[in-house]
Amino acid sequence: MAYIYNTPQALPVRAGFCLTGRSTSGYDGYIDTSIIGRPVLRKEGPGKVTGQAVYVDDVHFPDMLYGATVRNPAGRGNIRAITFEDGVPWEEFTIVTARDIPGENCVALLLHDQPLLADGKVNHPEEPVLLLAHPDRYLVEEGRRRVRIDVDPLPGVFTMEDSLACKEIIWGEDNVFKSYRVEKGDIDRGFAEADLIIEGEYETGAQEQLYIENNGMIAVANPEDGVTVWGSMQCPYYIHKALLPIFGLPPEKIRVVQMETGGGFGGKEEYPSMIAGHAALLAWKSGKRVKLIYDRAEDMVATTKRHPSRTRHRTGVTRDGKLVAMEIDFDIDGGAYCTLSPVVLSRGTIHAAGPYVCPNVRIRSRAVATTAPPHGAFRGFGAPQSIFALERQMNKVAAAVGLTPEEFRRRNFLHEGETTATGQVIREKVDLAGLLDRALALAGGPKKRGIGFATFMHGAGFTGSGEVTLSSVVGVEATREGKIRILAASTEIGQGTNTIFSQIAADALKVGYDLIEVAQPDTSTVPNSGPTVASRTCMVVGKLVEAACVSLKQTLLESGLLREPYTPEEFSRAVAEHLERFGALRASSQYQAPPNVVWNDETYQGDAYGAYAWAVYVATVTVDPVTYEVRLEDFVALQEVGKVIHPVLAMGQIEGGVAQAIGYTLYENVVWKDGRMANAQMTNYIMPTSADLPPIRVFFEENPYAYGPAGAKGIGELPMDGVAPAILNAVENATGVAFDRIPLMPERVMEALLG
Amino acid sequence: MAEVRCTVNGGAVTLDVPPMARLLDVLREELRLTGTKEGCGEGECGACSVLIDGQLTNSCLVPVLQVDGAKITTIEGIAAPAVQRAFIECGGAQCGICTPGMVIATVSLLGRHPHPTLDQVREGLAGNLCRCTGYMRIIEAVVEAGKHS
Repeated sequence: MAYIYNTPQALPVRAGFCLTGRSTSGYDGYIDTSIIGRPVLRKEGPGKVTGQAVYVDDVHFPDMLYGATVRNPAGRGNIRAITFEDGVPWEEFTIVTARDIPGENCVALLLHDQPLLADGKVNHPEEPVLLLAHPDRYLVEEGRRRVRIDVDPLPGVFTMEDSLACKEIIWGEDNVFKSYRVEKGDIDRGFAEADLIIEGEYETGAQEQLYIENNGMIAVANPEDGVTVWGSMQCPYYIHKALLPIFGLPPEKIRVVQMETGGGFGGKEEYPSMIAGHAALLAWKSGKRVKLIYDRAEDMVATTKRHPSRTRHRTGVTRDGKLVAMEIDFDIDGGAYCTLSPVVLSRGTIHAAGPYVCPNVRIRSRAVATTAPPHGAFRGFGAPQSIFALERQMNKVAAAVGLTPEEFRRRNFLHEGETTATGQVIREKVDLAGLLDRALALAGGPKKRGIGFATFMHGAGFTGSGEVTLSSVVGVEATREGKIRILAASTEIGQGTNTIFSQIAADALKVGYDLIEVAQPDTSTVPNSGPTVASRTCMVVGKLVEAACVSLKQTLLESGLLREPYTPEEFSRAVAEHLERFGALRASSQYQAPPNVVWNDETYQGDAYGAYAWAVYVATVTVDPVTYEVRLEDFVALQEVGKVIHPVLAMGQIEGGVAQAIGYTLYENVVWKDGRMANAQMTNYIMPTSADLPPIRVFFEENPYAYGPAGAKGIGELPMDGVAPAILNAVENATGVAFDRIPLMPERVMEALLG
Repeated sequence: MAEVRCTVNGGAVTLDVPPMARLLDVLREELRLTGTKEGCGEGECGACSVLIDGQLTNSCLVPVLQVDGAKITTIEGIAAPAVQRAFIECGGAQCGICTPGMVIATVSLLGRHPHPTLDQVREGLAGNLCRCTGYMRIIEAVVEAGKHS
């Protein structure tokens, strides 16, 4: 049975809020398990609505220095001279260059190709070259402007075409960070069997992260005590790993603490390692605490954005609308260093053929170097790019065979027992045709003018063998105050980690929500539960929370201090008794792959993800005949995500993701000039406001996943995937013009409609 | 340096500050009222919203000398429990960095329109950017708070 939460079109009515996990039915006198699926209040909500929540820039120490990063003012080239101009008291400054790095000059991630500070050579605009610190934050800014860096230019490469043509070799031997090839069936035989072959080419632009809290770190560092950084981040242990080679210290001498974090979206996955390294180097050299906070312009011009992409499709189809061959070439622009591009490319590659059955598939993909700041993780992680191309191409193919977009898809949807492009057998019940019918009905029917949709899936957790490699660990412990504390490195970045972990723990222990607390992610006190990315926090780490709680409960039961069934009071008494007798009560759990999940990294065949969320999104648009603006009238987002742990947080995730994706599609245009963002301001890089967005109507269907906590799957990235193609399909429906590139700015609509 | 006298959250304050210092910095650094956030520094995002003599204002655009004699209210002094509770209950706060500004903007909006229409809410919050929520939960929170105002 499907349980449905929805937001009615006008505006949602207030749901019935329940402040505790207390039973409304079930065992008399005992807490039941119904806290799962209830909109309990967000754990850190009061701090956030009163301004008391502490973000890194809110922390102040009296003897603190302010840091600044001096960046490459030119493009690719060799640094000829660094000049400290007159009129600045340089003797008061702490100045750090590559030569001050005690260990390796790298930002450790997948490869060690990216330096922490450029040493002689610069490979992209705004590359960090030198660091400054001073007690006066205004003077440090003055100093930043008065360091002159002269660069002897080398040719830059600014397009993927030029890079792939090797007009200039800027990375490795061929400018390619990574390539993949997925083969299913026999592509040549597939095309031979096709009645029609349809080609298409699609492009997506970069997207700025635009979390409202800019990046920042505070560091203290010296050889005796080691290095400690506090800051805005998604992945404390990524930073921990990156700081190790910089200082050559043992792991226990490096400590990373997450502060309240004002949005991440992937933008605080890898780049904070750079900032932490910089702040720590300034602290190391000065012997003082150093605060390094980016302003908006620096965050926009220097940190990671979504990878631009180009996808070429060649699709073979029979006259009755069955897919028989899909050949997909998917390229993404990685910028000047490797960073996470191979992993982004991997997810984009695996999602490129979507939720369709096709016996013969060939996907070739490449991540390509250009002379720009590296692109990086951003919600969806490659999938929004390849799904945009696919869902535009599916409409094109449908039209070519004379079918409606919905009927063409119905004839090709994946079902239970069928295989994806990587040969993964779908072992869960999937009803995409049912989702499609329902979504179209919710949107007002397929015959409405200006309507368009996309059908898609998103795999939760790390790709392939990634979760096995991570082998994440979660701990739980009883506190002296009689509470149960969850120990994990998974960060609360707005999505609700603290709240859903507490719900999962309360459910597993059968105690009240208020009894659970979540430790601040601090690498000196929490185990490595992996990065907060890839829609994995609820499904993968939440399952570990559940397992650790079950283990803790088992300890109490086996000690004889607790007997089932128990009341919360009996549980608390048993915990107190256990602490008194044994001094501590702790349990932990470590990730183990669900059975039958097999992945081959060599052939790129097998079970790419443990579970997928399935979705149909429908956009309704009008196009203004005077201004050529695309106006969204309505947006329906229907998805099957396993069990919904918290309906309000889940709706918030979907609505927020859809809004980001609407920006990606219609408003957010990164203007490049020789590899540098030319519109690095909120004034001229436009994200949606409350006045711009349509009603975003969110609907869930629930099909519990056996290996997720209480049946949950991941949802965080899903809403980024299907919005852009749904909108462009709707624009085609409204205007008859097929646009194949985003962002779709009014200028391009005007050019097309005026002919 | 200049002497600036004003009222902040009901208390009289005398400041000795550079006259062109941004009000945002003075609030955060001199007065340690860090609930007011910097998002963009150019008046686009509204994270630094405060009330100056009751007017919703981006404090990043105000030189401190302009508030001489003024009454300033920040998130620390706003005391709007119905609004703040509605933000928590309706899911209006995610990462929380825009939330103080959103709460201030909501108080300002409800002062002008105690029971706002949907269009008045969308318009009233259009100067405050949120990257997490897609605004739907925030709009719901404002409508909900309006029922109690």
